[in-house]
Amino acid sequence: MSQPATLPLVSSLLDAPLPSSGMTWLDTARRENREAFAAGGLPDTRVEAWKYTALRALGQRRFGHVDDVAQRPAVDAPTLALPGVDGPRLVFVNGVFCADLSVLDRLPEGLTLQPLSQALRGDPEPLRFALSRHYREVGDAFARINAAYATDGVVLRVAAHAKIVAPVQLVFVGAAAETDLAWHVRNVIALGEGAELSLVEQYMAAGEQAQLATLVSDIELGEGARLQHVVLQNAAIGSSLIRRSSVRLQARAHATVHALELGGALVRHDLQADLVGDASRLDTRGIFMPHGRQHIDTQLAIRHQALHTVSSSNWRGVANDRARGVFRGAIVVAPGADGSDASLSNKNLLLSPAAEIDTKPELEIHADEVKAAHGATVGQLDERSLFYLRSRGIPQADARALLTAAFCRAVLDDLPNEVLRDHLSAMLIAQLPNT
Amino acid sequence: MLKIENLHARVEGKEILKGLSLTVNAGEVHAIMGPNGAGKSTLGHVLSGREGYEVTAGSVSYHGNDLLALEPEARAAAGVFLAFQYPVEIPGVNNTYFLRAALNAQRKRRGEKELDSMQFLKLVREKIKVMQISDELLHRAVNTGFSGGEKKRNEIFQMAVLEPQLAILDETDSGLDIDALKQVAQGVNLLRSPQRAFLMITHYQRLLDYVVPDFVHVLADGRIVESGDKSLALKLEEHGYSGIGASQPTGAAA
Repeated sequence: MSQPATLPLVSSLLDAPLPSSGMTWLDTARRENREAFAAGGLPDTRVEAWKYTALRALGQRRFGHVDDVAQRPAVDAPTLALPGVDGPRLVFVNGVFCADLSVLDRLPEGLTLQPLSQALRGDPEPLRFALSRHYREVGDAFARINAAYATDGVVLRVAAHAKIVAPVQLVFVGAAAETDLAWHVRNVIALGEGAELSLVEQYMAAGEQAQLATLVSDIELGEGARLQHVVLQNAAIGSSLIRRSSVRLQARAHATVHALELGGALVRHDLQADLVGDASRLDTRGIFMPHGRQHIDTQLAIRHQALHTVSSSNWRGVANDRARGVFRGAIVVAPGADGSDASLSNKNLLLSPAAEIDTKPELEIHADEVKAAHGATVGQLDERSLFYLRSRGIPQADARALLTAAFCRAVLDDLPNEVLRDHLSAMLIAQLPNT
Repeated sequence: MLKIENLHARVEGKEILKGLSLTVNAGEVHAIMGPNGAGKSTLGHVLSGREGYEVTAGSVSYHGNDLLALEPEARAAAGVFLAFQYPVEIPGVNNTYFLRAALNAQRKRRGEKELDSMQFLKLVREKIKVMQISDELLHRAVNTGFSGGEKKRNEIFQMAVLEPQLAILDETDSGLDIDALKQVAQGVNLLRSPQRAFLMITHYQRLLDYVVPDFVHVLADGRIVESGDKSLALKLEEHGYSGIGASQPTGAAA
C-alpha cells in the first residue's frame, strides 16, 4: 500500500501542513482523513467509478499550498458579475474567502451566509456532523484530502419558510499565482422546512493556470423546501476540478439543478442525491461540452428511498477535437420506495472523429409500481439538417454551431431565470467551434 | 443562366444520371417529369451541392461559372434555391431566426449589407401576406411539427424571402391536397419574373395545371429523352411514361 503514496501528487498534497482548529473533533477528523488519503492514494481505472477517468497524468504533478503564496492574486470584481444574478455574493479566490469581492450587506431576512472560516470561529457545533465525516470508499481520495485540508467554503442556511428570491451567488475563482496551487473548499448548505432558495454556483478563472481544486458540498432540503440551483463551470482550461455534491431531500422537497460544464482540463463531478422524504423531487439538467483535450466526467447517483419520489435527469454532452466526455447516471429505487418515478436521458454529440463520450445509464429497481425510463445515445450532427441549412446559404461552420446549440438548448429551456438562461446560452454558443 | 451538359452522376456507386443536358434561360419555367427512379431528385441534389452525389462526367455552368465547384452555401448566395421534397425538421432552431441567418449569410457573401431585425421583420411581413402563411409558423422550430402542406408552403415562403434566381422545386406538389397545391402554385406564380428561372421536378401533371411551364422535359434512365411544350405533359398524362422516348434514336434503355 505504500506505493500510491509515492506519487508526486500525493506527496505534494501531504507536504502541506495540516490545519489546526483548536477543536479536538475537527483536528481528529482532519488527521484521520489525511491518513486515509496517504494510505489509499489515488484510485486507478480498475475502480469502477474511475473507469473512464484516468488520474495517471494528474498523479505525476506537484502542487503548491495556498499558504506558500505571499500575495493574493488580483481579481477584477466586474468579471464576477452574472446577468440576472443580483443577490448576495460570496467569493473565494484559490479557496480563500475574499471579503472585498463579496457582497454580504443587506442579507435578506432568513438567510445566513458566511464563509466557513468565520463560522468555525463563531459557532462550529452545527457543522460538526458534516465536517467530521469519514470517507471509506477507495474512490474517495479527493473527498479525504478535502476533509483533511479544507479550511474555507460556504455556510449557507435558509430559515424555515423564508423565501430567498434574488439568486445567491457563490463564486470560486482559480487565479494564477507564482506556482500552481492545490486548494480545497467545503460547503454546507441547508434549507429549512418550507424554505426557498435560488442559488448560482460559479467557477471561473483569473489568468491561465493549471491548479487542482477539490470541492465538497452538502445540501440539505427540509420538508417542502425548494431549491433552484444553477452551476456554471468555466474554470481555467488547464485546471483540474474535482467536486462532490451530496443532496438530501426531505418530504415534498424539490431541488432543480441546471449545470453547464465548459472549462477545466480534468473535471469530475459526483452528484449524489438521496430522496429520503416521501414525494420529494429532484430534477437535474446539464450540458457538458469538452473541447481541445478536455476531459469532463459527470457522475449522478440518485437514490429513491421514500414513497412517490420523483427524479428526472436530462443531460447533453458535446465533445469536439480530441476531448472526452464521461457520463454515468445511476438510479436506485430502494425497497419501499413504491410509486416512484425515475427518468434519465443522456444524449451526446461527437463533433470530431477523435472525440469520445462514454455514457452509462444504470437503473436498479427494488420497489413496486415504479415508473422508470432511461436512455443514452451518442451520435453525430444530422447530415440532412446540415445540408438543409447550407442549401439556404448558411456556411458550414455556422450550420454546425446552430445545430449544436439547438441540440443543447432543450436542457436549459425550463430554467426560470430568463436573463441568466440567455447568458448561459450565449456562453454555450461562444464555446462552439468556429463561431 | 443554367447550362447542363452531358451530366453523369453517381450515388453510392450507382450511376443515376447518364448524360443529361439541359439549358435554362432567365424567365423560363421548365418542368422535369419522369417515372420513379429516373434521376429527378438526383438532379436537384447535384445542382444544390449535396454531399454523396459524385459527378463523374459533364459540366454545369451557371451564369458562365462552374456551379459544381461551389459549396452549397456559395450556390445559395449565387441565387440557387432547392425546395426540398422532404423539408427537414430542425428542433430547437426558430424558423424566423433560421431564415434571417440564411438571408444575411447570403447577403454577406455577396457583399451586400446585412438586414437588422427591424428590416428583416418588415420583409417577412410583406412576404407572409403574399404567401398566406400563418404567423404562428414563424415562431415555431424549423418545420418541426408542421403538416406536410405547411412544410411545402414554408419552402415556398423561404424562397419568397431569399429571392433566388434559379429555383429548383423537387416534387413540391407531392403529398399535397388540392387546396394546398393551389396555394403552393399561387406562391410560385407570384414569384415568376423575367429575371428568375424555375426547374420544377414533378411526377404528376397536376401541378402543371396551376403553374404553366414554358418547357416540359421527360427524364428517363438518367437522361432527358423528350422535350416539348406543355402539351407534352398532357400527352404523358394520357399515355403514361412507357411510350415516351422509344421512338427516338437516342431513346432511353428499357
